Amino acid sequence: MSTQHSRSAARLMMAPAVIVLLAWMLVPLTMTLWFSFKNYLPLRGGDLGWTGFDNYARFVTSSAFWPSVYATLVIVGGVLVITIFFGVLLALLLDQPFWGQGVVRILVIAPFFVMPTVSALVWKNMFMDPVNGLFAHLWRFFGAEPVSWLSEAPLFSIILIVSWQWLPFATLILLTATQSLDSEQLEAAEMDGAPPLKRFWHIILPHLSRAITVVLLIQTIFLLAIFAEIFVTTQGSFGTRTLTYLIYQRVLESQNVGLGSAGGVYAIILANIVAIFLMRIVGKNLDT
Amino acid sequence: MARAVSTRRKTLTTVAAWAVGLLIFFPILWTFLTSFKTEATAIADPPVFLFFDWTTENYSVVQERSDYMRFLWNSVIIAGGSTLLGIIIAVPAAWAMAFVPSRWTKDILLWMLSTKMLPAVGVLYPMYLIFIQLGLLDTRIGLTIVLMLVNLPIIVWMLYTYFKEIPGEILEAARMDGAGLKEELLYVLTPMAIPGIASTVLLNVILAWNEAFWTLNLTAASAAPLTAFIASYSSPEGLFYAKLSAASTMAIAPILILGWFSQKQLVRGLTFGAVK
Repeated sequence: MSTQHSRSAARLMMAPAVIVLLAWMLVPLTMTLWFSFKNYLPLRGGDLGWTGFDNYARFVTSSAFWPSVYATLVIVGGVLVITIFFGVLLALLLDQPFWGQGVVRILVIAPFFVMPTVSALVWKNMFMDPVNGLFAHLWRFFGAEPVSWLSEAPLFSIILIVSWQWLPFATLILLTATQSLDSEQLEAAEMDGAPPLKRFWHIILPHLSRAITVVLLIQTIFLLAIFAEIFVTTQGSFGTRTLTYLIYQRVLESQNVGLGSAGGVYAIILANIVAIFLMRIVGKNLDT
Repeated sequence: MARAVSTRRKTLTTVAAWAVGLLIFFPILWTFLTSFKTEATAIADPPVFLFFDWTTENYSVVQERSDYMRFLWNSVIIAGGSTLLGIIIAVPAAWAMAFVPSRWTKDILLWMLSTKMLPAVGVLYPMYLIFIQLGLLDTRIGLTIVLMLVNLPIIVWMLYTYFKEIPGEILEAARMDGAGLKEELLYVLTPMAIPGIASTVLLNVILAWNEAFWTLNLTAASAAPLTAFIASYSSPEGLFYAKLSAASTMAIAPILILGWFSQKQLVRGLTFGAVK
């Protein structure tokens, strides 16, 4: 179909994108790998030679490692459960006919467009502050002792902030999937007398399963990398130091580049495991 | 879809949907309202909702004290520049893959997507080092390039899916009618491609505007965009809720408006065509 001429033209057109992305992927990655096998402390002696797999071993045996794995799992897991559960409910609700659909949809999607530093600081100060926050006002109104959210329930607080940011994403994608549901099938089930819960379980949920998987995978990749929300709220204290934040601290704050790079390699491997599943779904869709 | 819905049910749904919508939107609304209060009113207990003396003082204070316009300008340059640069590189690539597919096309697309999955923190130090060596630390050009690279896979993907929808038969028809390559590009393809390119631009400006890893780690004073400007409020002095709100409102308002136009593109751009 396409001629030899158009093929070489196509290759030429693709070259810039392929080359810059290849460089973007390979150069820093190679450097991270390189540093991860070195004892490299820029502020304390610089390059102190090769250390084999020492950094890899030290990263996972340091006292900060398991707590950071725990924090990462709780935050990622918590946000996933909340956003997918409420995302499905919201998608089903917004799919019903009601007055002002357009406006409500805009209201629901809005948090996704708020930059992470703004949403984290607004929640931290104006809602969760133990003295002047709205929650404190509300607690006092009911005669309860105000909670110092970010120090007393730090993981929950971060999960709440991040869920608020990502619920719109989950809702929007699940809503898109809901709208492609065959309404005749639902009507038939309704006429056969299937109760709402059964219809949800046997027709709606299976239809949404792929969209849910996609939301799960995409969000996992982005959630593993959350940074700003922790940077401007707790700075990793009170047990909110995630794997990403731990690596950031090792590399930039304590300038232990070798150790941080080994952590970086772990993070890359972890993200790739999730990515493989996502790519499989995306790749399947490319054929059709 | 001729499902008869009773008015009662529609009313109930309306109430529920609006309640949920307003609840989710409330933090943004509250920030907006607080930005027009005095600092004292901002922390009043019980909180005041609408009936207070509206003042725009906070906005001028934020501008005077921290030179808000400079951060805004940095955000505009970095978000706009990285998107523009990305489009220039991505349009030919997406074009080639959509119209002259080879057996490698699918693999290249998936590989490009995989670069998006690379956790930024994993390459933080190398990037930091490269930036120092090249004198790019805390410069707008450096950040523009990094954000372009971060978003390039999404740009290519979105453009690819849009270009794929342009039917190839139209090209053949134009050729039969004697259109040369120039006419073909100018009068047939470009008009059909523009909506897709516009949507891609929109979503990527939003993503670049809100990016908060590289913008926080690779800037200090001179190239810092709004994300970093807002982060400076994390160590406050004295009463600052109203000013934080004013600064936040100014930082999110332009993108919120753009965002509302790009709901549909969001699904396409962020799921890589995996959900339709």
